[in-house]
Amino acid sequence: MRDLQVSLSQTQRVRFQSALQQLKDLSPGSGPAATVVVADSIPVNLEDSVLKGHGTAESDGQLVATVCGVVERVNKLVYVRPFRARYKPEIGDIIVGRVIEVAPKRWRLEINFSQDAVLMLSSMNLPDGIQRRRTAVDELNMRSIFEEDDVICAEVRGFQHDGSLQLQARSQKYGKLERGQLLTVPPYLVKRRKQHFHHLEDYGVDLIVGCNGYIWVGEHLETGENVMLEDQDNHMEKDGQSNLKLKGDQDEEGTFTSVETRRNICRIANAIRLLSALGFTLSLEAIIDTVELSFASNISVKDMLAAEFYVQTAEREVQRRVSKLRKKA
Amino acid sequence: MEFVNPLTGFRLDGRRPNEMRHIRGEVGVVANADGSAMFEMGNTKVIAAVYGPREVQNKSQQLNNQALVRCEYSMANFSTGDRTRRPKGDRRSTEISLVIRQSLEASILTHLMPRSQIDIFVQVLQADGGTRSACINAATIALADAGIPMRDLVTSCSAGYLCTTPLLDLNYVEDSAGGPDVTVGILAKTEKVTLLQMDAKLPMDTFENVMQLAVEGCKAVAQYISEVLLENTKQLESRRGM
Repeated sequence: MRDLQVSLSQTQRVRFQSALQQLKDLSPGSGPAATVVVADSIPVNLEDSVLKGHGTAESDGQLVATVCGVVERVNKLVYVRPFRARYKPEIGDIIVGRVIEVAPKRWRLEINFSQDAVLMLSSMNLPDGIQRRRTAVDELNMRSIFEEDDVICAEVRGFQHDGSLQLQARSQKYGKLERGQLLTVPPYLVKRRKQHFHHLEDYGVDLIVGCNGYIWVGEHLETGENVMLEDQDNHMEKDGQSNLKLKGDQDEEGTFTSVETRRNICRIANAIRLLSALGFTLSLEAIIDTVELSFASNISVKDMLAAEFYVQTAEREVQRRVSKLRKKA
Repeated sequence: MEFVNPLTGFRLDGRRPNEMRHIRGEVGVVANADGSAMFEMGNTKVIAAVYGPREVQNKSQQLNNQALVRCEYSMANFSTGDRTRRPKGDRRSTEISLVIRQSLEASILTHLMPRSQIDIFVQVLQADGGTRSACINAATIALADAGIPMRDLVTSCSAGYLCTTPLLDLNYVEDSAGGPDVTVGILAKTEKVTLLQMDAKLPMDTFENVMQLAVEGCKAVAQYISEVLLENTKQLESRRGM
């Protein structure tokens, strides 16, 4: 219960404990030596050459874990997958980050990694949508694209030879995120999927689940691939508009978000907060299921973080896992 | 003053000479930290929070081949009998910060996280002797919770020598008696010493006994800490599922 302080009543506590116990029973029994803590030795047969992966080290001829987590074995490779750790980027990951500095030709982003990530001006699409060399004028206008403290969605491009992380945003779906809220969750709860951008039509909300544990919940905006498909003139016109929108934050037409949508954003955000506080995997199904449960049991947005719904969510998770196991069997 | 009852052999708080105080550890007590822990040794209670590895704040301190480890020790105003004026920044806290940093840095695999920084903040909530040891123990749990790779668990325990008896884990009354006080920190599995402090003189053979006692204490703490961590890891695993 890292970020949620709830005081449970006696019955709620009993229900919660039994739900946790059930989760424990449901989790696949992966052998006694599968879970290790720092300095635990990992049983391996050193004669058949093993590859020592992340989270392991050799001491006194033994393989020991250097982090707390689960031992994974892939052919000869033995590594320990830690749970609570900072985000470890992989190429192609979709991430959400916050601009902390506008530097020459680049932005520096905070992405919950051990270093700041770099987004070069040359590795993103310009607002006018034309492919050309970035000039000095573009460099001077960088603040009109992203400013400090803006929240941005981008993709991991790769590591520089000096170890720094490069990002890219070469599509309409990447870029500045507005009219919503940013949530931070432990990155181990987010699984890498084919799809990280979700449009929840029922609620008019966009959900971006960044692999780095930053999650964006915001109003749905009509941009992205479908705009690209339209013919060129139309494209230019629309882009011009969206550019205006970026500049004029007070543009009343563009920035109005209905109360209903705002409530939905908060409801989804609270569902995510709840799931992450409970330490459950943040899959789209789990999030939507929690939101629907809150509607079904008539719980207001603010009460979602209270004791009763906390316990209900835990019980619901047990149900979900039971039904999933049944489906498999 | 008699610190060990000559008839019964018990200490002032009713412990035997080689008995530790009750210890308790809890993982994940600070919401926004990457790792955090609380550790109690009897009435001594400390809280530790670890942030990082993260971008180095002061670029001139950046190391290109390893991580920068920083540590800050502070005592809450209300932690002692009479309120302290300056919770941090005095000579004593500066020294303890340094000691904690050095003994933990010996175990952190800093070369795996170049150009980054790890911040360790420890605060004493209740001081009843042995705050140094309690801080190191709390910081170890917090580092493990933050998923920072370490060679081994660093654990610490103190021992003293009063009334011609080696005593394990001194409390405030015994500590302020002015006798020798040996604080030992070890890498639990390999039994390598990362910290050894004594502010008095002791004959060689007595010292060895006292130190051996402290090392035994460290091992007991290590045993307990790995149980706490295992419990926590299993909890995370079962909750996440799959």
